[in-house]
Amino acid sequence: MSLLQIEGLGIDFGGLRAVNDVGFSLKPGEIVSVIGPNGAGKTTLFNMISGVYAPARGRVVLNGEDITRMPPHMLARRGLSRTFQNLQIFQSMTVLENAVAGHHLHERGSVFADLFSLPAARRRSKASEDSARALLDRVGLGRAAEQEASSLSYGALKRLEIARALALKPRVLLLDEPAAGCNAVETEEIDHLIAQVAAEGVSILLVEHDMKMVMRISNHIVVLDHGEKIAEGEPAAIARNPRVIEAYLGAQATEAQNADG
Amino acid sequence: MIMRLSSKATTLLILAAVIAIAPFFFPSSYYFRVGSLIFVNGLAVTGLVILIGYAGQISLGHAGFAGIGAYACALAPIHLGLHPALAAILGALLSAAIAFLVGRPILRLKGYYLAVASLGFGILVSMVLSNEAQLTGGPDGMAVPELGLRAVLKAVGIDLSNTEFWYAFSGLALVLGAWLALNLYHSPTGRALRALHGSEVAARTVGVDVAHYKLVAFVISAIYASVSGSLLALQNKFITPDVAGFMHSIEMVTMAVLGGAGSVLGAILGAAILTTLPQVLTVFQEYEQLMLGLVMMLVMIFMREGLLPSVAHRIRGRGE
Ligand SMILES: Nc1ncnc2c1ncn2[C@@H]1O[C@H](COP(=O)(O)OP(=O)(O)OP(=O)(O)O)[C@@H](O)[C@H]1O
Ligand SMILES: [Mg+2]
Repeated sequence: MSLLQIEGLGIDFGGLRAVNDVGFSLKPGEIVSVIGPNGAGKTTLFNMISGVYAPARGRVVLNGEDITRMPPHMLARRGLSRTFQNLQIFQSMTVLENAVAGHHLHERGSVFADLFSLPAARRRSKASEDSARALLDRVGLGRAAEQEASSLSYGALKRLEIARALALKPRVLLLDEPAAGCNAVETEEIDHLIAQVAAEGVSILLVEHDMKMVMRISNHIVVLDHGEKIAEGEPAAIARNPRVIEAYLGAQATEAQNADG
Repeated sequence: MIMRLSSKATTLLILAAVIAIAPFFFPSSYYFRVGSLIFVNGLAVTGLVILIGYAGQISLGHAGFAGIGAYACALAPIHLGLHPALAAILGALLSAAIAFLVGRPILRLKGYYLAVASLGFGILVSMVLSNEAQLTGGPDGMAVPELGLRAVLKAVGIDLSNTEFWYAFSGLALVLGAWLALNLYHSPTGRALRALHGSEVAARTVGVDVAHYKLVAFVISAIYASVSGSLLALQNKFITPDVAGFMHSIEMVTMAVLGGAGSVLGAILGAAILTTLPQVLTVFQEYEQLMLGLVMMLVMIFMREGLLPSVAHRIRGRGE
């Protein structure tokens, strides 16, 4: 049975059909990648699934429950977590605090206990801090824990967002270009991390421009172009698909032209 | 941020030490009065640190809650026969309830819109207090009964003058208020507030109910303002609608921003500076509103983070 099901999802911005009639599904522990040229609508699709945008058409079903247009914090409670292409870090918090903040659902309790620093509140904080440190170690940021988050490099912030998203203990994790700005070694580490997380049963929806990584770790690939799904299938089949090649080569040809002109 | 530079214990220690030691340097008993005014303002501003510094929300109407706390102490003893201390608690509960009702719709607004809406709330409260003259004495104000705690202390052998008593009592209230605010900072609730300050969308995706937590910050800061208003009314034994006025709201925000709205100690420093200046400089007294405007502009231009965090940064910068 599928854990996450997307059906006929669509949204318009003014006259632009940013995403139209996109559907696919995700099984537990499966890695599904969404690829497509710049502006294809990948991030917009993520925003609709994660409740940041309200879709105009279609449905999102998580574990049998219709979660379309549910606000993000309610989706978080149902185990849906995500990272952002354009980083959304809690500035002026430390690296550790960012990761601890990801534990919000597990550590929240009465405001009264928090104000008076009652043992219950301290216990909750301690538990999420321990777990956050373990997660930071896992993404290779253990030694940066006490640093101001804003002092990290772009690639490190990407990994911090993954740690924060994992803190939720999600069932479905949406990663929007996790390897952007990372060098080859870091990309490989992220690659391993994603595979590991998926092996633990978390379903992963991935947007990534690094095609080698996508081809290597995806179980299934969905291709978007101009907001429409133009292909879907196993990595090997997608690599051979003429429409996909055309969409990509077309985009590259245009880019080349732009670069020339 | 300054918060890590000086942990919770250090901040409280500094605060308590200054409050305890300062009287030894007072040239006259008048300074006990200045001190207690600083503490009362500091308490309201500490509440604003939670709202502005932690949660990143603005209010230009918090004097409205100070007004509710102040007039509760004047009115509840007369009309409900309550002890002034219970009246202050009633005022705080009432402020919390009103903050809950008002906060829900206005906290959906952002930036300027929230500023204007909260300003409207403050003006509303001060107008009600001015216009309900039969009840509140209108712009002329009304008397507030004696708290009576000083007499109790005297009976057990602690004999303080009126100004000394209020210095100690408000000082204690401020330390307590600072302790709660610092506890909150390092707690799950505080993290949720600071997270939504940093990025609302990211806070939502980790499960923070942003509307709920903004309301929590608004209600807590309203209680601080209310208690501050009650303490002011009780120590002055007289109160006018000015306590709820627009200028008082602006004064609170300026104090917070001057010292550094992100840091409890900084905001209290801001309260100390802006409370003391009018007392020692007559120019400041005569042109208080103009001076507040000037301070606000200078801080925004030269030290966005406020006095204490800016200085701390500069010191650290030099150390490296
Ligand atoms: N909030 C918005 N308002 C208006 N237009 C938008 C908005 N968000 C996205 N768009 C437009 O929708 C289209 C799809 O954008 P989207 O960011 O989803 O693309 P993408 O596939 O993620 O691209 P990239 O690979 O560059 O990240 C683009 O034309 C973009 O300009
Ligand atoms: Mg994108």
